[in-house]
Order: sequence, then structure tokens, then C-alpha cells
Amino acid sequence: MTEEAKLNRDVAVIGVGQTKFGEHWSQSMREMAVEAGIKAVEDAGISGHDIQMVVGGNMSGGLFTGQEHSSAMLADYLGLNPIPAIRTEAACSSGALAMRVGILAIASGMYDFVAVGGVEKMTDIYGPQATTALSGAMDYETEAYFGATFPGIYALIAQRHMYQYKTTREQLAMVAVKNHDNGFLNPVAQYQKRITVGEVLSSPLVADPLRLLDCSPITDGAATVILAPADVARKYTDAPVYVKATAQASDTLSLFSRRDITTLDATVEAARRAYKQAGLAPKDINLAEVHDCFTIAEICAYEDLGFAKKGEGGKLIQSGQTMLGGKIPINTSGGLKSKGHPVGATGIAQIIEIVKQLRGDAGKRQVNGANTGMTHNVGGSGATAVVHILSRDR
Amino acid sequence: MVKEFAVSFHWRKFKERYMFIGSRCGHCGEHFYPKREICPKCRRTGKMEHVQFSGLGKVYSYTIIRVPPEGFKTYVPYVIAVVEIDEGTKVISQVVDCRPEDVRIGMDVQLCFRKIRSERDSGLILYGFKFKPLK
Ligand SMILES: [Zn+2]
Repeated sequence: MTEEAKLNRDVAVIGVGQTKFGEHWSQSMREMAVEAGIKAVEDAGISGHDIQMVVGGNMSGGLFTGQEHSSAMLADYLGLNPIPAIRTEAACSSGALAMRVGILAIASGMYDFVAVGGVEKMTDIYGPQATTALSGAMDYETEAYFGATFPGIYALIAQRHMYQYKTTREQLAMVAVKNHDNGFLNPVAQYQKRITVGEVLSSPLVADPLRLLDCSPITDGAATVILAPADVARKYTDAPVYVKATAQASDTLSLFSRRDITTLDATVEAARRAYKQAGLAPKDINLAEVHDCFTIAEICAYEDLGFAKKGEGGKLIQSGQTMLGGKIPINTSGGLKSKGHPVGATGIAQIIEIVKQLRGDAGKRQVNGANTGMTHNVGGSGATAVVHILSRDR
Repeated sequence: MVKEFAVSFHWRKFKERYMFIGSRCGHCGEHFYPKREICPKCRRTGKMEHVQFSGLGKVYSYTIIRVPPEGFKTYVPYVIAVVEIDEGTKVISQVVDCRPEDVRIGMDVQLCFRKIRSERDSGLILYGFKFKPLK
């Protein structure tokens, strides 16, 4: 396996914009994408004429709204024709993949200004249909066929993690409680509401041991980021945020084929590549947005990203060090759990939270002295993992 | 909008789902389910052959599905498990013929052939392997 080289040209984020996350009965997929796009362009202080390419993450516009070809839809309704438009799809990590494609496009030297976004409209179909649509993120032929659901797959991870490492049911609940505490402070979060460990433990079982309040919700939303070469970023913003690393790794489509179902090897590998690219170690990361589609996923992320030793993710949440004010605040936005999880938009929304934190614009959620942050976006049960490191330092 | 596929979609999986056939790499000896044409370890030097698994294994992890996808409503609650089969690879399917609450990690199981579900419109009945406690 040949190692990747560094980016040929440094890239910066100069603008961000997103819709509120939630159940948007009055807004269609394209209307949400346009709202996020306009906000990002305004934030960057550029004109639509400056944008040379658009990349949009979208897991399944087809199953959720009947509309595939969302790349063309984006360019068209953002008024950007005839510039090229690309849709990226890697299930729940479609958004981070759009970010990565945008970064690579600028680093290649071919484009200077790229709009990267993500959108998912999930509430135009009913719950069981959404469950079916999401089951396409795992191995359809060998997992979904037998009746496995997406929460069920993460429940298998949780059950084994609890068996192998004595992770407790309460520790899982603490992840949800912490993320709701953060989402309570985030005006764009779907659930700006605090919950207790007791409420998590008494919510209905979805797939044992996971309960309703262990699961991220079904969400509508869109998010957009404007990328530019680092050399010109200061012309557009006083607080450019630089891309220190963009890394991605793949693993088996099915959970059962993994070496160890409690470790997302794709996350381990993407993180290893990202740390190497940035010349940083886990201790250098001040805060991170990690993929907490289910509470167990955040525990695994602590371990796989290097914030805790294998098997000690449960202890880390219990220590309180991942709360706001802790040593390494995780999911200050509320995470997928409380901010919401419009699958195609999630990866971009994670970038936006880190950018806001690094700019010092995170309001009541602000992490003091935030200088370097990480995002971690997972597709399916871990077949794709995308890790970005962003910093105020170039 | 339940997705209904043409018969060929299911028919080509008969061997895999009815007879529990996977692959074995003649070069490194590793077993795979479902069947693969390329051994990820040996790649071009690998030599993949079909193999029928014994159907014996142990529960590696499990969950009880309470909120089903389309087509599985009548089976709720049902157990979905990762089963480590004696050949060393793992698979996912249901564990049946016992109370869901009685399933445990490490439990010995054996293969059985069962109905999985039926398609709503075409009426096509889908079958496949499940596991039951080893007697
Ligand atoms: Zn081999």
C-alpha cells in the first residue's frame, strides 16, 4: 500500500451556512440546499459568479424524495449553471466526502472556489420506509435481507462492546445526555432539550440494548461550506480556518466480515492518515465532532480516534472529559443525536461546528482557546470513514 | 414504497442463502461468506473455490429487533445475531426456536432453513438460513 502525499496546495474554509436541522414540512430538498448555499456565499463575502464547481453530498434523494441527480439540481437551483456539479455518496458520510472532493479539486490547482454542501430530506416518507432506505447503508444482500436494521447493526456492536469491555448501559446513556446538553445551547439543533440518564434508560427499546434515546433522529437539513486556496483566504475573511488534513478509509461493507466488530478499522486508518498529514497527535486536538449516529458509535469513536485506549471509551464519557469544559469536548454542536442527522448534510454540518468554534463564534458552546479541531464522519456501520483536521494555524 | 425486485434478484442467491455456500481461498485457507472472487489477502495469487459450510457456530453478538423494516412486522420481536461459524468466518442472520431473551453470546447454534419474508405485491416467498440452538 503506497502512502498518500500531502496536498499540493493548502485549502481554507472562507464561508459557512446551514439550515436549522429538524422536520421542515414547508421546505423541499432543493429549497433547503438553496438556503444553506446562499448563507455560505454571504458568509464568505463572495458572489455566486466566483464559484467554479459545486460538490454535494446526498445519500438517497431517490428513496427519500424520488429525486436522484441531485448534483444537477444543486447547480440549477443555486443559479450556478453551467459550472460542473458532482454528487458524492457514501451513505451517512456523503457530506464529508463532498468536503474531501472539494479540497482535492482546489489542491489540484484546477479550481479556486468550490462550494461543498450536503442535503437530505428525510421526512417526506414515513418511518418504516425511512428505516428501509437507511438499511441500504449496510450490506443489503447479507444483512438487510435477513431483517437486520441499521439500529440493529449498531446494537450488535454495543452488545459485544459491553461483553468484551464491560461498557455499561449507563455509560451509553451518558453520551446522549451530554450531546443533548450541548444541543440545548445550539440554535440550529433539532432537539434543544436536555434529557436525563433515567429518560434514556426508560425510553422504548429499538434493538436491544439500544433504546430510542440512543438513536440519532430522522432529520431534514442542508449545510454548505465555501472553500478557497489558503493563499487568498485572508482577502475574504479575518478568520480563515485551514484544512490540515483530509483522510478517508474503507472497510468491509458488512459488519460481520470485520476483524473485530467493536473497532471501526476505517476510522482507525483514516485517523492515522489524518494525524500523519497534519503532523499532529490526538493530544493536539482541542475538540472534535464525531459520528454519534448511536450512542455506542461515539464510544467507539473515542477509542478509534485515539482519545481513549481500546475498551476504555465508556470510562472516558463517564470521566466527564468530553463535556464542554472538559479536556477534549466532543460534539459541542449536540452531535447527530441532538443536532439531528440529515445523513447527506451531517459531514458538512460537523465542519461548520468546528469552523464556528475556531472562529470563536460558537456562542454559549464556545470552547475556550479552540485552535485545532477534528471531524469524523462514518458511512454505514463503518465501511467508509472520513476524518478532517481543521486549524486556525496554517 | 417497499422495493420489490424481479425474481432473478433472489434466484441468483439461492446457493448462498439456501445451501449456505461461500468461498475458501486455496492459497491462504481463509473462508468467506458471502462468496468472493478475490481473496483480499492474496489477491491475484489467491485461488477461490466454493465451499458449503457446516452450519455450526456460536453467537458472537446479538440484538432483539423491536422496530422492524418493511416486510418484517409480523416477526417482531426477533433476534438478529452475528454468528461465528466453525470454519472461522462470521455471518448475520436470525436466531429462532427459542425465546429472544434466552439468546446469549457464546451460545452454540446450528443452521436451519426458514422463510425470511414474502414480497407484498408479487407474493414471492423468500427463504434463507437462520440459526437455532444446538440440541
Ligand atoms: Zn487467500
